[in-house]
Amino acid sequence: MTETAVFAVNLALLAMLLVTAVGILKLYNLFAVVMVSGMYSLLCAAFFVLMDAVDVAFTEAAVGAGLSTVLMLAALALTRPNRKDGDHKALNIPAKIVTFVVGLLLFWISMDFPGFGDPLAPVNQHLAPQFLTEGPEKTTVPNVVTVVLASYRGYDTLGETVVVFTAAVSVLCLLGVLRGNAPVRSKTTEADEEEFQEFNSQIILRVITKYLTPFILLFALYVQFHGDYGPGGGFQAGVIFAAGLILYGMVYGIDRLRDVVGQKHRVPLRLAGLGVLLYAGVGVASLMLGGNFLDYNVLAEDPRQGQHLGILLVEFGVGLTVTNVMILVFLTLAGRGYRDGVTSGPMSLSAELQDVEDLQNEKEAKPS
Amino acid sequence: MQDFLAVLFIALGVLSLIISAIGVLRFPDFYTRLHAASIGDTLAAALILLGLAVAAGWSLVAAKLIFVLLFLFMTSPTASHALAQTAWRDGIRPEKGTGLVKSFKSKKR
Repeated sequence: MTETAVFAVNLALLAMLLVTAVGILKLYNLFAVVMVSGMYSLLCAAFFVLMDAVDVAFTEAAVGAGLSTVLMLAALALTRPNRKDGDHKALNIPAKIVTFVVGLLLFWISMDFPGFGDPLAPVNQHLAPQFLTEGPEKTTVPNVVTVVLASYRGYDTLGETVVVFTAAVSVLCLLGVLRGNAPVRSKTTEADEEEFQEFNSQIILRVITKYLTPFILLFALYVQFHGDYGPGGGFQAGVIFAAGLILYGMVYGIDRLRDVVGQKHRVPLRLAGLGVLLYAGVGVASLMLGGNFLDYNVLAEDPRQGQHLGILLVEFGVGLTVTNVMILVFLTLAGRGYRDGVTSGPMSLSAELQDVEDLQNEKEAKPS
Repeated sequence: MQDFLAVLFIALGVLSLIISAIGVLRFPDFYTRLHAASIGDTLAAALILLGLAVAAGWSLVAAKLIFVLLFLFMTSPTASHALAQTAWRDGIRPEKGTGLVKSFKSKKR
């Protein structure tokens, strides 16, 4: 009975995945494409849950469906909202044939795969049993996924963290936030006063955001430090923490967010690097103490305590880097909107309205 | 009793989801569709979560589900509100009766 139910859910999810994939191909409005790709990520996350891979599902839901959608929207606001008519014709016939043949080949190869969760499959024969039995014993961390991620495959995760950091560096190099694109105060007119009235009507969003932001940040910390015991860890926590701050920035205006993170993004610029340094520093510390690079056994008297400490520190490094990289990327993309007085970005409206608010305050202050 | 309550809540939730889906498909303009969709967003999700919490009994899982419920109860209506407000600001106006009346009239004929 349960097997049939799982099969039915699998089939439904696959069908929806197919529909969303075709939708992404066929839609012309790129905003719609971004939203549908968010749905695609959410469906993937549901798949991962069905496969009992909750940690991966968590990451997919937070990164794929959550934050990357926001970042894509911020990026889209800088370009045109529709794709050109000619874009479809770029898919020529040889390309279609190649894609079809490769797809068939992949399908044919997948016939030879062992069944999902097959205990006789090669994956479940060699290292997996060792990880599963040894992991929690050697590290006192019950969540095996965290153990594998941060300890057994510590080098790999260090690489991933550096990749995230490199992404931020690339975005900064390309879009040049380091030049300090301070908002240009535009002249206010009577039309702006009308907009100010509308700004006041955002009160619901503002109040809800004000109430939710601390809880989102708290939840991020829970995910960060509970990653040893349940699904979670640095990547998910970093994204959630950044999402909380980005939500704040979207509703209250990017200048308020800049007040939090420091002008010219001083704080995230430094903390993003600090996360990678912390991770690598744990490795160097274990070298100094006589172990191998990222061999946490030597970090404490008891090797099991050392492992736990090492995993905690390394995950914290990952969380720091991911949080600050995401904030940096968002600020760089969204902050370009009102560069040199050009007000076309997603945040430009709230920034302008912030100016209107300042003007109102000045007006009120004058008579007294 | 516990099972009965859980099944009742989940069934009601699924029912309101179906109603909201029909509404999204059948209503004539943006605002009425949003009205239908927000039923699925808030009421259906809340009922299903409540049913799951009842099924879980007094446990940590139930507490977490209640937290998710509270979160959804705050965010979903806000999201609907933001959508409606943006649409209004963007110049989308409700079709005053026309679409709805037309579709009903065509049904009657």
